[in-house]
Amino acid sequence: MDSNKNNIGIKLEYEVKKDDFTRAGEASSNIKKVLRQLGIDSDVIRRTAIATYEAEINIVIHSEGGTITVYIKPDRIEMIAEDSGPGIEDVRLAMQEGFSTASNKIRELGFGAGMGLPNMKKYTDEFYIDSQKGGSTTVKMTIYI
Amino acid sequence: MKNYWHSVTLESELCNGCTNCLRRCPTEAIRIRNGKAKIIKERCIDCGECIRVCPYHAKKALANDLSILNNYKYKIALVSLPLYGQFCLEKDINKVFNCFYDIDFDFVYDVAYAADILTVLQKDLVKSSEIPKPLIATLCPAITRLIQIRFPSLIDHIIPFESPMEITARMAKREVAEKLGVSMDEIGAFYIAQCPAKITSINKPLGIKKSYVDGAIPISKLYSKLLKIYKEIDNTKKIQKASGKGIGWARVGGQSFAIGIDNYLAVDGIENVIKVLEEIELGKLNNIDFFEGYACITGCVGGPLNVENPFIAKSRIRKIASSFGDSEVDKKEAYRMLEEGKIGLTEKIKPLSILKLDSNIQRAIEKMEFLEKIYKKLPGIDCGSCGAPTCHAMAEDVVRGKASIDDCVIKQRKKISGSRG
Repeated sequence: MDSNKNNIGIKLEYEVKKDDFTRAGEASSNIKKVLRQLGIDSDVIRRTAIATYEAEINIVIHSEGGTITVYIKPDRIEMIAEDSGPGIEDVRLAMQEGFSTASNKIRELGFGAGMGLPNMKKYTDEFYIDSQKGGSTTVKMTIYI
Repeated sequence: MKNYWHSVTLESELCNGCTNCLRRCPTEAIRIRNGKAKIIKERCIDCGECIRVCPYHAKKALANDLSILNNYKYKIALVSLPLYGQFCLEKDINKVFNCFYDIDFDFVYDVAYAADILTVLQKDLVKSSEIPKPLIATLCPAITRLIQIRFPSLIDHIIPFESPMEITARMAKREVAEKLGVSMDEIGAFYIAQCPAKITSINKPLGIKKSYVDGAIPISKLYSKLLKIYKEIDNTKKIQKASGKGIGWARVGGQSFAIGIDNYLAVDGIENVIKVLEEIELGKLNNIDFFEGYACITGCVGGPLNVENPFIAKSRIRKIASSFGDSEVDKKEAYRMLEEGKIGLTEKIKPLSILKLDSNIQRAIEKMEFLEKIYKKLPGIDCGSCGAPTCHAMAEDVVRGKASIDDCVIKQRKKISGSRG
């Protein structure tokens, strides 16, 4: 995925804080507004919103905090979610529907159903995850317009 | 995308250019230009929020007055659901309905009865799986328009049935035409309206080609007349027809109660509805069966053309509904109407992408970049002094060529104090 290939594009960047549930969803909501103003197809908007929302929630619940960066180009939307750790122990397991390491407390809030990463994969055209135990996690996703 | 018609309008001589409506408009459809509010037609969803908040009563709903009755030989009053909540409980609602005969109407129909019919059909629809969940109720036309503009991906969730008003109008006109042996053209059906969104849906219907309703008269315009006539009449005919379930549709949660389901969400107030629709769009509420949303707090009974306080009226609706019982209409009758095409929507509800900056994506992206550049130069305090509701909306107006960055009062002040120094 080469972000510099096309010069025309918009970069949107959002900081996502650890444990901050009150602000979770702000980034995806903002991204949606921008896409609407660009006249993007409503199905693409919905898929982008879901993918970025799930990424946002994952950073809030599981990480030490991170950023979501979105590049909007005439032919595609690229989303990059990056956190500062602590990394995923078994990525293959984490990709399974229903698998979650979220605490009971978080499940009581209605999160942690183990659908985050699977949904991100399901709603995007390209999905790539890189994570190491003890290090950071990066998720790169692309939706073609 | 032409021919927008709106019932919400401005009486400019009353407007003093304050920012009350500007800030409250949920679709950022208002700008202050030359000291007066201006409505951007294609963005307005006729929710009536501006009518409610204007301290100078400069916003109003375009409605008919009683003189419109003169255009028709036979006149039907379609009494809306919220009327049930406008009078103290001691008053006999059937007698209130009879008052309309003394305001020159020849026939009076209880719109809540159509809600009874819809209750039976919606109950089955919730059980079926044809439409993606949650099903979205369309009683509030402002919400349907909001979905067209801001949540087009949810159009598929909308229940494809006409409103109780429309169903009643068609039923009433046919009945009267048959009874008198006259043509439908000689009959006028008039909605006794609680809100501007309903009036718009008469002139610019959604999901049907043409409305059977010929005009709308606000409840507030008839209220004092009704009170006066109520004291004078004795003889009454039975007009009130709805059960408590149908009557209950006048308040938020009433539809869900009528259907008798637990797994529903009932939301009132346009900002609250927007928040929940965001959640539905994210797929977070797929486990909910039914969603009813209303632009007005408390539901239709809180419409800006009502008279009574929305909360008092809502409480009355609840009491009246329980006293009228919960008998259901004959299921066969409801399905017969559906099969005869008297209930289902005939036209597709289409998305309205009026928010886009340009129809060419490349140009739209360029404009968006320009927009963000301008936005960064603005103070970000959303004061509204430039005439746009927020700094972001102002930046958008500049990009669309509708405003100049020099309209920013804060920037101008800085310029002046800078040149002084």
